[in-house]
Amino acid sequence: MTDMADGPQAAVAGRTAPIRVVLAKLGLDGHDRGLKVVARMLRDAGMEVIYLGLRQTTDTVIAAVEQEDADVIGLSMHNAGHLALAPRIVKAVSDAGLDVPVVIGGIVPEADVSALKEMGISAVLHPGASAVAVGEAVREAVRGSLGDQPVHD
Amino acid sequence: MTEPGDLLERAIAGERRALGRLLSLVEQGGEAADEIAEMVHDRTPGEAPVIGVTGAPGTGKSTLVGHLVKEMAGTGGQPAVLAVDPSSPLTGGAILGDRIRMDGVAGGRAFIRSMATRGHAGGLALAVPAALRLFEACGYGPLVVETVGVGQVEVDVTRTADTTVVMVAPGMGDAVQANKSGLLEVADVLVVNKADRPGADDTRRDLEHMLDLGRITGLAQDWRPEIIMTTATTGTGADQVHQAIQTHRAHLAETAQLEARRQASIHQEVLDRVTQHLGTKASQYLSTQPAALTEALEGHSTPAATAAKISKRLLSNQPPS
Repeated sequence: MTDMADGPQAAVAGRTAPIRVVLAKLGLDGHDRGLKVVARMLRDAGMEVIYLGLRQTTDTVIAAVEQEDADVIGLSMHNAGHLALAPRIVKAVSDAGLDVPVVIGGIVPEADVSALKEMGISAVLHPGASAVAVGEAVREAVRGSLGDQPVHD
Repeated sequence: MTEPGDLLERAIAGERRALGRLLSLVEQGGEAADEIAEMVHDRTPGEAPVIGVTGAPGTGKSTLVGHLVKEMAGTGGQPAVLAVDPSSPLTGGAILGDRIRMDGVAGGRAFIRSMATRGHAGGLALAVPAALRLFEACGYGPLVVETVGVGQVEVDVTRTADTTVVMVAPGMGDAVQANKSGLLEVADVLVVNKADRPGADDTRRDLEHMLDLGRITGLAQDWRPEIIMTTATTGTGADQVHQAIQTHRAHLAETAQLEARRQASIHQEVLDRVTQHLGTKASQYLSTQPAALTEALEGHSTPAATAAKISKRLLSNQPPS
């Protein structure tokens, strides 16, 4: 029997299930058009997207990651809050004892990227990023987090 | 650290992440899933009510489930939800968008797990009952399974439920639609959602007529599904749906149908597993013995005759056990 989950689109070496990604926007930031497009891109890249959408908190994101056994978090930020919110989500992830990478996409000045990476954000995607680039960034983040530990199952 | 036994202990102790991981293992099937099923077996008395919620896309299932979960938690339950959405047949990807509707309403009162159908035949049918047992072993109940009511697999999944709630919305067809075979026939509770929209009363009337006819033709036995009008966006009517579910379950218990339904669902699950097992054997046989297909491929024999021959060979090769 062919299992679609084995398809090349979703695969990270050694795993058989599709990558599961939680997508959300934190706090007061109503611009979700981009996130909906990203959801579609990741779906077409063979991933399972748990779409949380608008007005989430670090608590609701962490609860979703735990209950959904997600491999990666994708946050969309269009309200210039990235430097304030990034450390909070990174801290929440580590406080929960999770080893789940965080990818940020949205309006983020190039000058802030290195600061975000130092805070522990795995990747930053800018407006105009292609579907291929978005899929690859998410896959690469998951690969990175699996690097030093055995892959699921 | 990630051994199923260890994970189960942590999940029973209330660690969400451990239960999340176990659900993934159960979903993937195979040896780890079988091991978990063994461990969970003694801890699942099968007492947790299982409620299936189904209906066409966009009828408001997830939003209503959010309100139901709130009702359940408010009356001392510890609800868990399995929300099933379809995988793309082309890429295997999925957008699991039920949680977004439920969480805003339920506000963390339930363990919500989204599950993609993942395309493989019978996979979902095996994963759902296994996941429900896992939930019960970890102290959750009532358990809600939400599926889109299109496709046989999705309808079948609701058969693991004690009570099936079918949701419809106004403007989706007339009395002829209501009398077609399918989804409406499996309903124990009927919900007309979006009751604030025009045409809701017509939809209710069509459903009433459909149920009346069932009575005349003798199909409806001892249960007439209650029709409940709801507006899920505001939560109006959710308490009545909750009440109707409880009434139905009490009815099942009184008339000894609860046990019969459970047994039918175990029967079905065993059959699904045997079917899957034999299907795997058949695929392996065809890929390792391509010559078995030659007669059919060259037109010397019908596909049916070739299949009969192969089936006979496959089954006789199985040692009796």
